[in-house]
Parts: sequence; structure tokens; C-alpha cells
Amino acid sequence: MSERQIELEVLRYDPEKDSAPRFQTYSVPCLNEWVVLDALNYVKENLDTTLSYRWSCHMAVCGSCGMMINGEPKLACKAFIHEYSDKIRVEPLAHFPIERDLVTVIEDFIGKLSSVKPYLIPKDDQPISAGEFKQTPAELIKFKQYTLCINCMLCYAACPQYGLVPEFVGPAAIALAHRYNQDSRDGGRDARQEVVASNEGVWECSFVGACSEVCPKHVDPAGALQQVKVASTIDWYKEHLMPWVKK
Amino acid sequence: MSCKPYIRETSKTTWYLEHPRYKRYMAREVTCIFILIFTFELVCALGAVANGPEAYAAFLAKLHSPLSILFNLVALVVTVYHSVTWFNVTPQAMPVQIGEEFVPGQYIVGAHYGIWAVVSLVVLILGVW
Amino acid sequence: MAKSNKPIFWSLFAAGGTVTAFVTPALVLLLLFASLGLVPSLFTYEHLHDFAHNWLGKLIIFGVILVSLWHAAHRLRVTLHDFGVRADTVVAYAVYGIAGLGTLMTLVYLLRI
Repeated sequence: MSERQIELEVLRYDPEKDSAPRFQTYSVPCLNEWVVLDALNYVKENLDTTLSYRWSCHMAVCGSCGMMINGEPKLACKAFIHEYSDKIRVEPLAHFPIERDLVTVIEDFIGKLSSVKPYLIPKDDQPISAGEFKQTPAELIKFKQYTLCINCMLCYAACPQYGLVPEFVGPAAIALAHRYNQDSRDGGRDARQEVVASNEGVWECSFVGACSEVCPKHVDPAGALQQVKVASTIDWYKEHLMPWVKK
Repeated sequence: MSCKPYIRETSKTTWYLEHPRYKRYMAREVTCIFILIFTFELVCALGAVANGPEAYAAFLAKLHSPLSILFNLVALVVTVYHSVTWFNVTPQAMPVQIGEEFVPGQYIVGAHYGIWAVVSLVVLILGVW
Repeated sequence: MAKSNKPIFWSLFAAGGTVTAFVTPALVLLLLFASLGLVPSLFTYEHLHDFAHNWLGKLIIFGVILVSLWHAAHRLRVTLHDFGVRADTVVAYAVYGIAGLGTLMTLVYLLRI
């Protein structure tokens, strides 16, 4: 176990006192095996109890501790001290308004998530007596990867289009819509298309691919969005060239 | 609810300079300018052919200028970059499922490079034959 | 939120991106040789005229140029937005206008050969 003295440069913002955010530096005795979240917890427990940030599981499954670490969107519990030099800059997740210190306002994302109807909409109503849905492994892998999203919003912080066009529905929400569209038990694709196939939906995406690069769960939202573009394009041609075909 | 959320501004014109990942993206995107100009080079060649042998000789002469040589040289590098970046992302956009598994991305990319080599060879051979 | 009309432009962009990825570098190389004074035989007046005179040649030439133009135009529309140009409708008319012009020119030239 090796010890390191880390200079943590944290962006602070107190809405009741500050007109703008400012950096505050803390000198933190760390173990090289720590993650940035451990350093933040040390600060809160020993140096400055006023520091505010979200965290929960400390094992990269809850998605709470997303923040900018040296300008890169990361989960604080997955950012290992040994990957960094002795100066680490910590800021709230990009492209979201700052509520206080490292806590961002996530209402926009939550709204977009619900707008894509992220739940199974069965094709027909089945009575309980019909039994459970059956699904083969081949049907499962069509969408399994996209179930891994932990809603950490790192992809929104990385996506430059979301930064430039706040109306953009965004990577995680559209990838989740794709997850349900691909599920053989689901019949809700048309219900989702109004949002997903709009200009502010998938068509704002220009396949930068940053979202997939930063995703801590390897969901590959960029891939999901391109697949949604292909499906939406086929829809468009069917609608316009073969309008007699009922969906 | 937030009493006074602070909104950080991103520059609409220089945001891509902030990270190497965004610079690579912009480099990929601007390949379209070179492809557009090159395609008009082909259109002009066609126009020259339509106007007869003297017009076409004049077109070839204009092609012989230092500016054209420079452009075509740069366009070669740029269009190769477009090809490479296009092939590399194809498995993400069009995954191939066989049975209960997806074909590993590198096979799809590799197949594209293979086809690219064959097609290029065919175009070059047809070009110089 | 109304459903977008982007699919038509995006499908041309995708088709063009694929075609240009496969054939354009080789074509550029041929024209680079031509501009260096080593004109490949396909780009001599006689051979190019014969190739473009043939209906299959016309089809190939038109197809490649069409998708190349509309691929580049759509990407340029997005790129200008990335560079901060916000007037998307104006930009769309401009870039698709250029692609349309190129398409028309190609059509006219091919019909005259």
C-alpha cells in the first residue's frame, strides 16, 4: 500500500453565496489504490464538510458519481488515483447546469428518459393464463447490451451535440428506446418513434462516438443510435414509397 | 429544486479544440469538403469530354497546374482517412448477428479493407489499361 | 416533435459514404497521375468518351457522382453546424443546391456524350 499526496482541484459553487463557480484546492493524503471518490470522501470527512457530491454504490453500478475528472467524463468510483499525476481537477458533469459544487441538475435527462417510453409495451394484451413471454437466446442478444445502461449521463457530458443543442434527446435515452424496440416482447416501436425519429431525436446525432468511448458499461450508445437511424430510414421509405403497407 | 443553477457555456465555434477526440471527429467531417471538390473535378472532366477534344485537352492542361497537383495529393490523403474512419465504424452501425452471437467487429472491418483493396485494384487496372 | 425528413438525406449520405470509401481514393490516385502529366488511359479523351458513351458507363458515372455529391453535401451541412453556423435551413438549401447543380450538370453532360 503506497501513499501519495494528491492536490485535488475541485470546482465549488454555492448558489446562495456565489455568482459564479470557483476552484478550491485540497491536499489529500491518498493511497495509490484509491479512486477519486475516496479522495472526495476524505475531503468531506476531514477537511471540508460543505463539499457536496452524489455517490452511492462505489462500484460503478448505480451511476450516481459521474463527474469531469481532468476534463474527461468519468465515474469518480472508477477513476483510479494511480492513473493520474499528483494534481487532479474535479468538476461537475459537463453540459448540465450546476446545482451546487459537484451536484448537477439532471431534470432534463430524466424528462428525456421518460419521453422515450422506456418500458415494455406488449404487442397485444395477454391474460395471465397465456403464460410467460418466451424468448430465445438469439432474441435476447439483440438488445441485451443496451440493458446495461446505469443512467450515469457520462455520454451526455461527452456528446458535443448535446452541448450545442440542449433539445437533443441524447445517447442514453435513445439507446434505451432501441433496447425496447429490439426486445421481441415489445410492440411499442411506433409509440416511441414520434420522439426518437424527430429532428431533436436521433437526427441530431452526427456519430461523433464520444458517448461510446466514455461509457463505463460498454453499452455502445453510438452504435444503438446508428441502428435507430437505419431503422427510421427504412420506416421513412416504407411510409413514403409504399403508403399502402400498414405497419 | 435548484434556487440558482449555474449554466456553463460551450463555445459554438471552438468546442472541438478542447479534446483530441473532437479534433479527430472534425478532421473526419471536413473530408467532405475535399470529396465535394474532387467530385466536381470529375464533373468538369465529364463536361470537357462533352465539349470535345480541344476542351478536354484544355481540362488536362488545367489539371497540370501546381494547385491541382497539390489538391489531388492532399485529397488522396484525406479520402483515405475518410475510408479508414468509415470502415472502422461499420460494425457499430450494422452489427451482424449469426445465431446467438454477433460477428466480431474486426472481421467486418477486415472484410471491408479486403474489398477496398480489391475494388481499388480493379479501378486502377481499368484506369491504366 | 414532428417526425423528421432527414432520412432521405441521410440515406444518400450513407450510400455515398460507402461508395466514396471504396472507390474515391483510387479515382483520386488516377487523377493525381493525370495532373502530374502521366494521364492514365481511361482519362484520355477517346477512352473517357467511349466509357461515357456506353449506357452502362453512363449509369456507373452518374451513380458514383450522384451519391458522392449528396454524401458530401449532407456532411457539409452537419459540419457547418459543428463550426457554429446556426442558420440550418439556409445552409441546407445551399449545400443541397450545390449537390443538385452538380447532379444536373452530370445529367446534361452525360446526355450530350
